[in-house]
Amino acid sequence: MENMINLTIDNRPVSVPKGTTVLDAAASVGIDIPALCHIDLKGTCVKNAPAACRVCVVEVEGRRNLAPSCATMVTEGMVVRTNSARVARARKTVAELILSDHPNDCLTCPKCNHCELQKLVTRFNIREMTYKGEQSNRKKEQTVAITRNMDKCILCRRCESVCNNVQTVGVLGAIRRGFDATIAPTFDKMFSESDCTYCGQCVAVCPTGALTERDYTDRLLDDICNPDKIVVAQPAPAVRVALGEEFGYEPGTIVTGKLAASLRALGFDYVFDTDFGADLTIMEEGAEILHRLKAFLGGDKSVKLPIMTSCCPAWVNFYEHNYPDLLDYPSSAKSPGQMFGAIAKSYWAQKMGIPREKLVVVSIMPCLAKKFECERDEFKVDGNPDVDYSISTRELARLIKRSNIDFRQLKDEDFDKPLGESSGAAAIFGATGGVMEAALRTVYEVYTGKTLPKIEFQEVRGLEGIKEATIDLAGFPLKVCVAHTLGNARYLMDKLRKGELDYHVVEVMACPGGCIDGAGQPYHHGDVEIIKARAAAIYREDEGKPIRKSHENPDIQKLYKEFLGEPMSERAHHLLHTHYFDKSTK
Amino acid sequence: MSEIKVSCEALRQTEEICKKFNNDPGELISILHETQNTLGYLPEAVQRVIARQLGISAQKVYGVVTFYSFFSMVPKGKYPVSVCLGTACYVRGSDKVLEEFKRVLGIEVGETTPDGKFSLDCLRCVGACGLAPVATIGEKVYGRLNPSDIKKIVAEFGD
Repeated sequence: MENMINLTIDNRPVSVPKGTTVLDAAASVGIDIPALCHIDLKGTCVKNAPAACRVCVVEVEGRRNLAPSCATMVTEGMVVRTNSARVARARKTVAELILSDHPNDCLTCPKCNHCELQKLVTRFNIREMTYKGEQSNRKKEQTVAITRNMDKCILCRRCESVCNNVQTVGVLGAIRRGFDATIAPTFDKMFSESDCTYCGQCVAVCPTGALTERDYTDRLLDDICNPDKIVVAQPAPAVRVALGEEFGYEPGTIVTGKLAASLRALGFDYVFDTDFGADLTIMEEGAEILHRLKAFLGGDKSVKLPIMTSCCPAWVNFYEHNYPDLLDYPSSAKSPGQMFGAIAKSYWAQKMGIPREKLVVVSIMPCLAKKFECERDEFKVDGNPDVDYSISTRELARLIKRSNIDFRQLKDEDFDKPLGESSGAAAIFGATGGVMEAALRTVYEVYTGKTLPKIEFQEVRGLEGIKEATIDLAGFPLKVCVAHTLGNARYLMDKLRKGELDYHVVEVMACPGGCIDGAGQPYHHGDVEIIKARAAAIYREDEGKPIRKSHENPDIQKLYKEFLGEPMSERAHHLLHTHYFDKSTK
Repeated sequence: MSEIKVSCEALRQTEEICKKFNNDPGELISILHETQNTLGYLPEAVQRVIARQLGISAQKVYGVVTFYSFFSMVPKGKYPVSVCLGTACYVRGSDKVLEEFKRVLGIEVGETTPDGKFSLDCLRCVGACGLAPVATIGEKVYGRLNPSDIKKIVAEFGD
C-alpha cells in the first residue's frame, strides 16, 4: 500500500501509515515503550508530546544518539531497538535524575498507586536514590477543588497542553528557567486569583501527585458518624459507568445497583440520585428553550438565541471569566446537582420535617468544578449551601475501600424514593450530547404534542468536537449544536460575539467526551478506549430504563403537582434558576 | 511583590508598540524589548495589554518575560547598579563587593530601593577585566573595588 512505511522494531517487521511515531508503531504490534510526559487521547484533542522527559528513548540504527520515540516519525527501512542494554540504562538514568528532585514521599502521596512515575520506578527496577542534590521548593496551594503541590511536578507539560491547547483557558504554563522553572498560573498567582475554571483536566492528565483533587472524604466520614446529621447522597450519571474500574471491573461496566448499595453501606441515611435532578433540569431548561423559541417565532427580535446549556460548572466559570457580554445566552437553569440540593433542602426536608441545618447533602461527581460550584454564594440560604460539598468518583472509591466494603460482593440495590427516580434521558447527561438529546426528547413532545417516532438522536452522539443537527419540530427546523472541551466552546462563543452563530440550542461540556471523562473519574492514563467504553455504557443504561423521557418521570410530575406548579413558575424560578456574574480580569 | 500602578499613558504606549508590530504573536519578544526600552520595565498590567493585543494568554507573555533575564517586572532605579560576576572579577572578590552593595542598599539582586534611586543586578563581564573587580552605576564604571569603598561610592549619588 502507498503511504505505508515498513520498519523493524525489536526484530519484528512493522507496517504503519506515514506520519506514525515510533512509539505508536511499537504499540501497534504490542510493544509497550515506557513513556512519561507523552499522552495522546486519540479521537479527542488531548495530546502532549514535547519529548521533554526522554523516558521513551529508543535506539535507531545509524543514528548516533538515542531517539525520543514519542516525537520520532517512522521512516522506510528504519531499524529500532526498544530493549537494548543501552536503552535500558539510559531510561533508568533519566528516571533517576527525575527522582533526584522529587519529594519521594510516596507512602502518603495522594497519587500513590496511580502515579506514572512510581510505575516507572518499579518497572526500571530502581532500588535506591542514585543522585542526591538540591530539592525544589515550589508553591503549594489548596483550593476548594484542586490541590497543587508543585514539588511533585516533573515538568512534563501535560497540564499546560490541556489548559492552553484543549481548554484555551490559558492559566497554567511554564515560567522562569533552569532549576527555578515551574508550572504556575498567570503571574505566579494562586489558582483562586486566576481565570481557572476548575475543569480539572490538568488533574486528569497529571502523571504524578502535583495536581490532585481536594479531598473531602474525612469530612464526609465525620458527618456520617455525627448522630445529629442526616446525610443524603446524590451520585451523578457518569459515576455509575466508571466507579467499577476502581474495583477491577472492565471499563464500561454499569454498577448502578452496587453504587446505591455501597452508599447505603457507607452509612448515608438516604441514597438518592442526581439523575432525578437531571430530569428536573430538562423540565426547566426545556421550558426555557420553548419559551425563547416561541418568543422568537412570534417575531421578538430581542430574544437571545442560541440558548446554551448551563449544567457544566466549569463551562459556567469559563463564560463568566471570558464572555461577560454574553451572559444572557446561557440558560438560567441550575445544574442537576444544585437543583437536587435545592429541592432536597426545601420540598423533601419539609415533607420529612428535617430542619435545614441538620441535613447534609453530598454529591458524588465525576467532576472537580462541582466542588467549586457548591461554594457559590448564590447556592446558599443564610450561608447554608444547597449541596454541602461534593466528592469525586475517586474519593468515593477510596472511601469504600477504607470502610471494609467488598464492592464486588454487594447485591444490587435501588435508590430511595422519591428523589431517586429517574429516566433514561437523565442517564445520558454524562456523555457529550446527552443533555441535548434529553432536552430534544422533551421539547419535541411538548412542542408538537406528538410522541417521538424515534427516541434516539444519533447525530448528537460521539466524540467529534462540534456536532450539528437540524431537528424537524412540526415543520420548524430546529438547529442544534453540541460542543465539548472549552476550546470548542471558545470557538462557538467567538462566533456568537460576531453574530455568526446560527443555532437555536447549544450544549457545552468542558471535559473531552463530557462528564464520563470528568476530572473526578478514575484515571484513564491516556487510554481513550476507557472513555469510549464509558460512553457506550451510558447509552446502555438509557436503553435499560423503563422511562426514557424526563417529563414522564412520575416523581417529577408529582413534584410539580405538589410543590412547584409549572416549569418556570415563581417557585421554580426561585429554587431552580440562577444568574451569572462578570468575573473577567480587567 | 506589591501591586505596581501603571499610568494610562504607559498602557497606551504599549498598545502602540503592539500595533507597530501588527499585533503579531510571532513578534512577542521584539514587542517586549521595545516596551521595556520605552517604559523601563514590564509590569503585570503592561503584559496583560500585550496579551490582549496579540490574542494570546497573559500566562504565555509572563512565561517569556520570566524566561529571559533581560526582562524585568520591577522598575529599574534611577541609578542602576551592576556588579560583574565574570570569572576575573569573581576570583578577585566581586562576590564580596556584591554582598556589600546588598547590605548598603538594603535590597537583593533584582530589586529596587523603595525611593526608586538604586536597583541592583549582576552581569557577566563588561570587558574591563584588568580593573577587576568591576561594577557599573549607570554609565559610570568603577574598578579595583574593595568592599570598604562601596559606602562612599553610593554616597556620591546622594542628591
